Amino acid sequence: MKKKTGLIFFPAFDYAISPTHPEREERLLYTQDQVFEEGLLDFDNIKEFKPDIATPEDIQRVHFCVPGIDEVVHASHLIAVGGTLTAADKVMRKEVDNAFALVRPCGHHSMRVVHGSRGFCTLNMEAIMVEYIRQKYGVKKIAIVDTDCHHGDGSQDIFWHDPNTLFISLHQDGRTLYPGSGFPNEMGGPNAFGSTINLPMPPETGQEGFLYVLDEIVMPLLADFKPDLIINSAGQDNHYSDPITNMKFTAQGYAILNHRLQPDICVLEGGYSIESALPYINTGIILAMAGMDFSHIQEPDYNERKLKQDPAITNYLKQLKDLTLERWKNPEPLRQKMYPKQAFYKRNNNIFYDTDRIREVQEETVRSCPDCGGAVTLDSRADTGRNGHIFAVQIPRYACDACRSWAEEQFDKAPKGRYSQIFLQDKDRDTYLEK
Amino acid sequence: MILGIDVGGTHTDSVLMRNRDIIRKSKVLTDKDNILKSVLSATNAVATPDDIKKLRRIVLSTTISTNAVVQDKLDPVGLIVMSGPGVAPQDLPLSDKANFVTGYMNHRGMEAEALDADQLAELRGKFSGQKVENIGIVGKFSTRNPVHEIEIQSLFEDKVKHVTLGHQLSGALNFPRRIATTYLNEAVWNLHSRLVEQLSAYLKELGADVPLFILKADGGTIEYRQSGSYPVQTILSGPAATIMGVLPYVPTDEDSVSIDVGGTTTDIALFAEGAPLLEPQGVQIEGHKTLIRGLLTHSIGIGGDSHVRVEDGKLLVGPERKGAAMAFGGPVPTPTDAMIVLGLADIGDKEKAAQAMDILAKQMNQSPAHVAQAVLDSACSSIAAKVRSMIEEVNSKPVYTIHELLEGKKLDPKQMIIVGGPAPYMAKRVEELLGIKAVVPENSEVINASGAAMARTTVELNLIADTEAKQLSIAEEGLQAEIPRNFTVDDVIAVGKEKLIEKARAAGASDADLEIEVADCQSFNVVRSFSTTGKNIRVRLQIKPGLSKHVL
Repeated sequence: MKKKTGLIFFPAFDYAISPTHPEREERLLYTQDQVFEEGLLDFDNIKEFKPDIATPEDIQRVHFCVPGIDEVVHASHLIAVGGTLTAADKVMRKEVDNAFALVRPCGHHSMRVVHGSRGFCTLNMEAIMVEYIRQKYGVKKIAIVDTDCHHGDGSQDIFWHDPNTLFISLHQDGRTLYPGSGFPNEMGGPNAFGSTINLPMPPETGQEGFLYVLDEIVMPLLADFKPDLIINSAGQDNHYSDPITNMKFTAQGYAILNHRLQPDICVLEGGYSIESALPYINTGIILAMAGMDFSHIQEPDYNERKLKQDPAITNYLKQLKDLTLERWKNPEPLRQKMYPKQAFYKRNNNIFYDTDRIREVQEETVRSCPDCGGAVTLDSRADTGRNGHIFAVQIPRYACDACRSWAEEQFDKAPKGRYSQIFLQDKDRDTYLEK
Repeated sequence: MILGIDVGGTHTDSVLMRNRDIIRKSKVLTDKDNILKSVLSATNAVATPDDIKKLRRIVLSTTISTNAVVQDKLDPVGLIVMSGPGVAPQDLPLSDKANFVTGYMNHRGMEAEALDADQLAELRGKFSGQKVENIGIVGKFSTRNPVHEIEIQSLFEDKVKHVTLGHQLSGALNFPRRIATTYLNEAVWNLHSRLVEQLSAYLKELGADVPLFILKADGGTIEYRQSGSYPVQTILSGPAATIMGVLPYVPTDEDSVSIDVGGTTTDIALFAEGAPLLEPQGVQIEGHKTLIRGLLTHSIGIGGDSHVRVEDGKLLVGPERKGAAMAFGGPVPTPTDAMIVLGLADIGDKEKAAQAMDILAKQMNQSPAHVAQAVLDSACSSIAAKVRSMIEEVNSKPVYTIHELLEGKKLDPKQMIIVGGPAPYMAKRVEELLGIKAVVPENSEVINASGAAMARTTVELNLIADTEAKQLSIAEEGLQAEIPRNFTVDDVIAVGKEKLIEKARAAGASDADLEIEVADCQSFNVVRSFSTTGKNIRVRLQIKPGLSKHVL
């Protein structure tokens, strides 16, 4: 059935990390050529919208930018994020049935604290959009399915303590690819255990494997979680021609995936095979979202025989399914083992910003809470000079009174002399303070 | 002197002009079966044999092709389409008429799949069995590499009257529109050929050696014999003629809007510092979305003869027209009747106009004068709202660079030009509603003819240089040339300008009008394995629609 699809296309033809970097001006040039040549914007059920520009308020619902937004964020990020917010508005106001933010640069490696860019990302588009939707439209349960080839470690970090966001990441096994995380036992914080799902797949997984994981794992979890909104964090680097990954997925496969997943909003993430893959994948995704016939989508060099999947991969994915579904149905034993009963849980994170060559050491404390996601403090130190040491406090959305008062106390008593900046992010009241 | 002639469905208007001043004007009835006769009598109505000797050029605007499309009087076309992967064939326009064949180019113009000789031979047999005389050949990405289209042409052209290749009509990317445009070009080709023959006869009859031009949808002119290959470009030149007629009143240092109030509809056009805005993709006619360059117009179903009635106690104006105003013997009340009752217009049968307002007044339980004012207000505010929404739409058009998004110019009209019969009576109210100063030009009843007369020749070229492949291609020309690896943006523009001037001269442009604009210019790196191996340079050049500077 045909659907009305919104397209926010912003190729940022004047932005690059560096001239030969994969995230460069012409990344969406050939996609634009294909989209224009296919005449997709002429179809009555496909409508293009101009992106809005994200505001500091939008960003501060999710990130702590250090030392500030102006110092770490480029105009291109504000437009890319703004584009996802436009997509959200069009869907939430029912101007369209679904929307695709075909924007760049990408965002899913960006975490709560932002000292700079990592994995080509600075601002987490999906996370900012999710909090925007909650704030503006009051939607509670949201699922993000991250289909980028790299583990969505930034989104995982942001939603680690959020029981109302089901974050599912499908990616190439972290032992073989950046960022090296995203293993099945990474299942979320003590108050949101099980709402983070990692599905690492072996290198050379093909269409068969991706659709198996989708049909046999992702779809049953979504049916169970019953989200009000499904977001596809739609990286396109699982393609067999991608220069920086090792998978064997196809343009046709991406179209089928989106046809079955039926995301409300798609957001472009990675994907660096700009000539051989992106034009076909994006055309396929748009057709699938619009409910149109995508059976004629195929790369010129498609070769079914070469793309056949090793049976060993098929077997591995069966085991991944059993493990994941078993833990999903009964997470409690593992949770108790990983988070034995105590009032606070501490965690140390070492974060490397590969794009900007920054190292960050972070100590996270979360309050154990049966009533909400739990208040969090972050003590973050980056090797960026004298402004690199900050303290951040987070009050979750739908916070309980106990978590709120504990968090406010942490903010009040944090000593100014020790930190260059001290932040309080109150998601529930939508405020952001700095002292 | 210039002679401008507008051949409409009902009237043929003509003006004789010198230095943008109208010397004489006329309106004669169009003889649909004898265009030659209509054009001749329109000529003789304004020009003496002596004037004709002094003519520097004649420009004709005609709705002949437009009407053929609107009335679906189109010739059958053998349509051959290479659709490649992507949108499914059944979702493409004219898929019921198309013969889909194997073979396609990719987005960089490299052959991704070869043609199938057997399949084409079979199709050749089928076409000769059906006595197909007009053929359109369209390939996906043929503007990037036209070789397949040209190869197929060579297999079919010996047996038919005419062949159109998709890439010749526009250098823009849009395969479905390319199909529709190619189809229409062939479907009106025979009709247009006859027009060209008649115009040759007309010139012979005049006995004058004067260049004759036809107006295109983009408000530019093309020498009439040159138009023979691309008749589709003359479709929808009617609104373009009006806009060109308005142009002398359009300021060049600020933005403006023109409003053409007709009997049934009102057409709105926008000008950015004097230049009329073009349709971003191409004009649309009878549901066919095309690549025909055309001036941007939005229409609303409000005019002097709109049907005014009361429904559920509410006054409604348009969008239907039931006939003329009651003051001119029409069947139902109209805005024209209201304007007569208000004393704004001194035309028609005032008694009948008063009756019209009485009908409405009784239903509304108000005085006729009050109702008449309400009718005028309603019509004017609908038009004003349409102007606002059109400006809003233009300003919210997506852009693809950070620079344009942050610094992009917003259109902000400061002057309004209102033409058409009811224009003088509505100008003040629309001016109040929009807060934009209104101007009502003289001679607006022959504005199409004068617009055609003053228009200059327009041309466009799309160039792509791929320095990695060492290739330069000019889409519309089907030209592919080898270039050195160090070819630059400036080199591409220089080659383009030379070709554009050549093309403009062939289309009849005078030297004074060769004002070339670089409409688009982008340069991208081609990167292989993290190192730059070449540049992908894209340039679009044009001579924009405007008033001819040709000294007359």
